[in-house]
Amino acid sequence: MAGEILEYAVRGVPIGCVFALMAVGLVLTYKTSGVFNLAFAAQAYTSAVVFYEVRKEHEWPLLPAALLAVVVVAPLIGVILDRFLYRYQRTAGSLAKLITSLGLLVAIPEIVRLIFGSGSKKNPPALWWVKRTDDFLWPQGSRFVLDAGQIATLAFTAIAVTGLAIMFSRGGIGLRMRAVVESPRLVQLQGIDASRVSLASWMLSSLLAGLAGVLIAPLFAQLNSLDFFTLLVAAIAACVIGSLTNIVATFIGGIGLGILQAELAGFLPTDSILATGLRPGLPFLVLFGLLLFRRSARTSHEVTDPLSGVDPPPPPPAASLRPSWMTMGTRVFAVTVAVLGLVLALFVLDEFWLSVVTSGVVLAVVLLSIVLTTGVGGTISLSQAAFAAIGAFTTAQLTTNFNLSVLVAMVAGALVAAAVGAVLSLPIIRLAGIYPALATLAFALMFENVLAPLSWVSGGATPLTVPRPLVGPIDFAGNRAFLLLSVGILAVLSVAVIMIRQGTTGRFLDAIRESEPAASAVGINPIRPRLVAFVAGAGVAGFGGGLVASFNGQANYAANFTFYLGLVWLVLVITAGFRSVQAAIISGIFFYVLPQLLDRLFRWPGNYLTSNPEVSGVTKSVLDFIEPEWSLGVAFILFGFGALTYAKHPEGIIEAQTTKSIRKVLGWIDKARGKGPTPASEQLVTQVGGGR
Amino acid sequence: MSDVSAPAEARLPTEAPAADADGRGVPVLRFDDVHAAYGPFQALFGVSFEVHRAEALALIGPNGAGKTTVARVASGLLAPSSGRVEVDGQDFSDRPAQAFALAGIAHGPEGRSVFATLNVEENLVLAFRRQFGRAGLRSALDRAYELFPALSQRRRQNAGSLSGGEQRMLTLARVLVLEPKLLIADELSLGLAPIITTEIYKVLERILEAGTALLVVEQHVDHALGIAHRVVVLERGKVALSGQPSREEILASVFGQSQDASMFGDREAAP
Repeated sequence: MAGEILEYAVRGVPIGCVFALMAVGLVLTYKTSGVFNLAFAAQAYTSAVVFYEVRKEHEWPLLPAALLAVVVVAPLIGVILDRFLYRYQRTAGSLAKLITSLGLLVAIPEIVRLIFGSGSKKNPPALWWVKRTDDFLWPQGSRFVLDAGQIATLAFTAIAVTGLAIMFSRGGIGLRMRAVVESPRLVQLQGIDASRVSLASWMLSSLLAGLAGVLIAPLFAQLNSLDFFTLLVAAIAACVIGSLTNIVATFIGGIGLGILQAELAGFLPTDSILATGLRPGLPFLVLFGLLLFRRSARTSHEVTDPLSGVDPPPPPPAASLRPSWMTMGTRVFAVTVAVLGLVLALFVLDEFWLSVVTSGVVLAVVLLSIVLTTGVGGTISLSQAAFAAIGAFTTAQLTTNFNLSVLVAMVAGALVAAAVGAVLSLPIIRLAGIYPALATLAFALMFENVLAPLSWVSGGATPLTVPRPLVGPIDFAGNRAFLLLSVGILAVLSVAVIMIRQGTTGRFLDAIRESEPAASAVGINPIRPRLVAFVAGAGVAGFGGGLVASFNGQANYAANFTFYLGLVWLVLVITAGFRSVQAAIISGIFFYVLPQLLDRLFRWPGNYLTSNPEVSGVTKSVLDFIEPEWSLGVAFILFGFGALTYAKHPEGIIEAQTTKSIRKVLGWIDKARGKGPTPASEQLVTQVGGGR
Repeated sequence: MSDVSAPAEARLPTEAPAADADGRGVPVLRFDDVHAAYGPFQALFGVSFEVHRAEALALIGPNGAGKTTVARVASGLLAPSSGRVEVDGQDFSDRPAQAFALAGIAHGPEGRSVFATLNVEENLVLAFRRQFGRAGLRSALDRAYELFPALSQRRRQNAGSLSGGEQRMLTLARVLVLEPKLLIADELSLGLAPIITTEIYKVLERILEAGTALLVVEQHVDHALGIAHRVVVLERGKVALSGQPSREEILASVFGQSQDASMFGDREAAP
């Protein structure tokens, strides 16, 4: 027995080392740049793919392959991230930084697939002088035998730890890195170039992420970016063990998690619910439990920069810049466009495009929940897709098993999602800083990996069917009728969200977001309004989920509600401008329409050539050159621009553009009127408050 | 230099050569018609002044006058939107803050300006390591503790948990040991017990005698007048008075009437 415990423990140490490396990288960037870089999973994946390509496909020798993947590519990604994104966010809030990292977590694997192809990458090589991991075993014949991958992990972890220890010993670059997090400006006053220090820390932590990625790769049968998400959760749990600051505790925590996982794998009977449920869920459970019981997670550790006053104040909301006639005009214009769009959709579009647009409108209902929870409530939730799934599953179960009317079942789904949200929110709402995001991430991934596959939740491997609603004589089975129904629901819920935002709860939430202590001091309970927003958000997501299921005819988790999709939605809505309802609507429609449009666009040259074989010469070669696969690339380039704009305008792209166009229009008015400050521009100046 | 100067609009940016004519050489710091803004908020509207070697200049003015903004521009934290900032006669208008620090301009910003999550010794090491290297570090630390003995008892304590006075001392120790050419001391007396303020001002006098120029930003007129050779009175982002006006003239300029300097109320909110 004791021997077995030891044996499993030894097996757990190497994987624990990988958790630990990743976690140390996370803590390092969090401490030195204030970014909790969830994109580390994607960076680890990138290095693993590069190593796979050069080592296995091109059969490079070990040393150059490892140098390229870990020492060149990984830090280079760090440099790119720092120079092009995080540099602009050095003084931004933790929400903005987290969202940027989520965007990267989604985008980087896509870019990697674009570069290296999406073919499967089976049996990743170990970071050792062997072809297969079990070509080298040591100590031979012992019960504690390790394979090449494990030995490599232990060796390189030891090297990395020694390097870090030297670097962080008294007075070196480590001290500067810690100082830069707190106040880059104060560091500059000491004559130290803060941006270089920050760059160095990004390179270092990215190197650790790359190393972790290459080391863990041999454990997977093939390279898949989603597997690296789960790795990330274990690393996050280790970070929480170290309170996001203590590197030594983080490291030990990572190794401990690896050992715990190995012990569970060894001792739990393989056929019980414990094995199927607990084992894959362990990192999430540990993370969730830690967040609930660690007191440090309740108090914000964010140290504000004493010199933050040097930054220009955040821009005022675009709506406050607008004279009332312009607000009226905008509203009339928006309603006109919406009605025209609807008429166009109903009477002009063919069935295919009609269903694309309807998908967008239906998704917009789910995205409204992000506006409510994150935009209005101020809680970063990564589990809105899970709530939508809960709504969809409830709707499906109720209509299938109890023959309930679909609309009633949707409402029941919303209620169940809200109830789950309420239970979750009790602990989550009390967490401070980025912890709510981590807790909802843990919940969402646990839902995906443990709960969603269970038959009493989702109905098992085959998705349950959900019919279209039938209300009295009105049948919503047709796409046109369903589009009308969805638009109606979207309109009602949008108005509800706006009312919450502008009502008492919304005002309280505004106050809490500005300063929680100040809000408490004037008698606002900081918990309750956030709770309301979170629970209502879960409910809206649940209702939207039911609608999605009804539209698609089935509650299909893999197709409509995965954690990954949830990330994409969150990033979309937040970059668009997460405080406003129109951001949800625009993101929802764009999410479905834009890829189709791009697809058509890049398919067109090929189709044109096929139907017009007489085309030749330069025209033909140009058209031939364009590949349909480029549409994905273009989509991600757009995504990248979005991220860049967001880094500079954390209030959201729509908001930033609105502000810009309002200023422009008011400027034109001034010019047209000819001279001096006119009422229009004067209003602008007093709103902005400056005397320029 | 005993004249009470005209308001800022009438001042010409040609004072530097005149000062050269006085035989005092190139000023350590010179502002020439400096405008500065925080985004859309403009805080300085054409400020000009200079500080010479071993001279103490006090910057006086009510809340929101732009004193702290002057200090920030003078240390490179905020780039001027127009105008010229010179350090030792060289144009530093768009240099980063670390260039100012390396050129010998030390800034102790107002309020809490220590690295709260680092301990006292780490705060000091961070400051000294670059200039003195590993070899000279020990003696630099000893000098800092000698300057402020209270700090030596708290070497391993997180700077964020120090008292307000101790944090100010740490700020000063961090910059003083580097022997800057110019020390910008922003609101030293703010929120501190009188006895600590007195102690800190004693240290300022010592370093002034040692040849460091001082730019003292103060709301407390009497403290400022106690140490300064010259004053610049700021009002609403412009120089209202400069030179060596009397206490009454300063108070009259700032308030429109004579009254106790410690009775300052908020005239307008700072940006």
